[in-house]
Amino acid sequence: MNIFAKLTKNNYGDKMEKQIYEKVLNNTKVKRPVLKNSLQAFLIGGIIALLGQALLDFFQNVLELEEKMATSMMSISLVFLSSLLTGIGIFDRIGQFAGAGSIIPITGFSNSMTSAALESKSEGIVLGIMTNMFKLAGAVIVAGIVSAFFSATLIYLFSR
Amino acid sequence: MRKVGKQSIIFDKVYLKSASTIVGPLEMQGPLAKYYDANYDNLYCEKQNWEQAEMQLFSDVLDIALVKANLAVDEIDMIFAGDLNNQLSIANYSLRNYPIPYVGIYGACSTSSLSLINGACVLDGGLGKYILCATSSHNATSERQFRYPTEYGGQKPDSITFTVTGAGAGILTRNICDVRLTKATMGIVVDSGTTDSLDMGRSMAPAAIHTLKTHLEDFQEDINSFDLILTGDLSTYGAKAFKELAREFKIDLGNNYHDCGMLVYDLENQPVFAGGSGCACAAVVMYGYVVKQMLAGRLNKVLVIATGALLNPIMVAQKETIPGIAHAIVLERVK
Repeated sequence: MNIFAKLTKNNYGDKMEKQIYEKVLNNTKVKRPVLKNSLQAFLIGGIIALLGQALLDFFQNVLELEEKMATSMMSISLVFLSSLLTGIGIFDRIGQFAGAGSIIPITGFSNSMTSAALESKSEGIVLGIMTNMFKLAGAVIVAGIVSAFFSATLIYLFSR
Repeated sequence: MRKVGKQSIIFDKVYLKSASTIVGPLEMQGPLAKYYDANYDNLYCEKQNWEQAEMQLFSDVLDIALVKANLAVDEIDMIFAGDLNNQLSIANYSLRNYPIPYVGIYGACSTSSLSLINGACVLDGGLGKYILCATSSHNATSERQFRYPTEYGGQKPDSITFTVTGAGAGILTRNICDVRLTKATMGIVVDSGTTDSLDMGRSMAPAAIHTLKTHLEDFQEDINSFDLILTGDLSTYGAKAFKELAREFKIDLGNNYHDCGMLVYDLENQPVFAGGSGCACAAVVMYGYVVKQMLAGRLNKVLVIATGALLNPIMVAQKETIPGIAHAIVLERVK
């Protein structure tokens, strides 16, 4: 004999009630404006890329830096800019409009670190800022290192 | 005090002696501004960090409630309070300065009505003269608790709700006052399998309809007897689902239904996505708008169904669902 037979677990109404909940929740799903979001991401992402190119040209042609150095300087400038915009509370507004357009480039990486650092400032420098800075960006770094390892292995194996 | 049905309670003599509200800047720009008692025009509330800011709101709202009721701290017999932070830290830490027997409660955004139900039970059980019920929420502390850093630049969907910065408190007594707490229906945990923490309004709608349905059944109540039926923080999409569910269950909401999350902000012109949420959402609308309208004689009987999404970020990351809960109370004007 099952001694637990008396315990009815699913006690919020009958199956029918649950089905109605699920049906209504299915019918009222909130649609995301995918096309609009994509176009906005395309536009802002493109503008960021254009800005990157302009910076690269500036460092190469005006400041006459080597290509490698100019590329690094361009990345550093974009990181600095988005970090600054995060600090003064503008980046999240751009991000709301642009979506993937501003969060996927290096600007998003910078924003995720700066915003996490700002957020945990009240918990102190070591346990707050330094510990939490990579909370969101950590995933990007791990993904980068792991994929670099595998692609390097593949290159090593097949390029000889 | 008597239990009715499986989930409901009818109270003998529970009155609201005073109610107080305090809000942040965005709420003060909202349509209910004139119903709040106090406000801060900066999210920091003259403090160093967000948690301290919320503690400031919480303490302020207690002080305002006490001043309005003309009571000293040691005249309060018990306090029921809670917020959205881990370990109820805002209520716990704020109450260091208030030597009142304290019960911390967590009901997510349903804390306002949950604390009133608890307080009313204790009062009607004869355990004191004055019971304080309070709750608070702060946009930045709950963003940190449940979502991303405030300045993170990810795109938020339209279905996301905006946590109300503010606090609300009420003092219950057995002495006759203008507003009376007559009935309550305690909610059960209703989980309809939703998993999107950026769409919490809809995940709470089944809990809200379950509590409404149970309330009407337990008391054999006519839904038209209410001047106003309020849900806590279902927001635009949750309220839509709630209305749809009401139709399915043959409950005619009429024109008296509203959602606190949609009342607290100007949804057209304020950057709040689907509307307000958080403990303070139902609290400031109820203790501010509803109570003041009752005192002015414009509302007689109001059903407040404060709703809570009982999610935990770790559980959601582990692919768990988002359970909902809703607690209903009936406020009536004493004529």
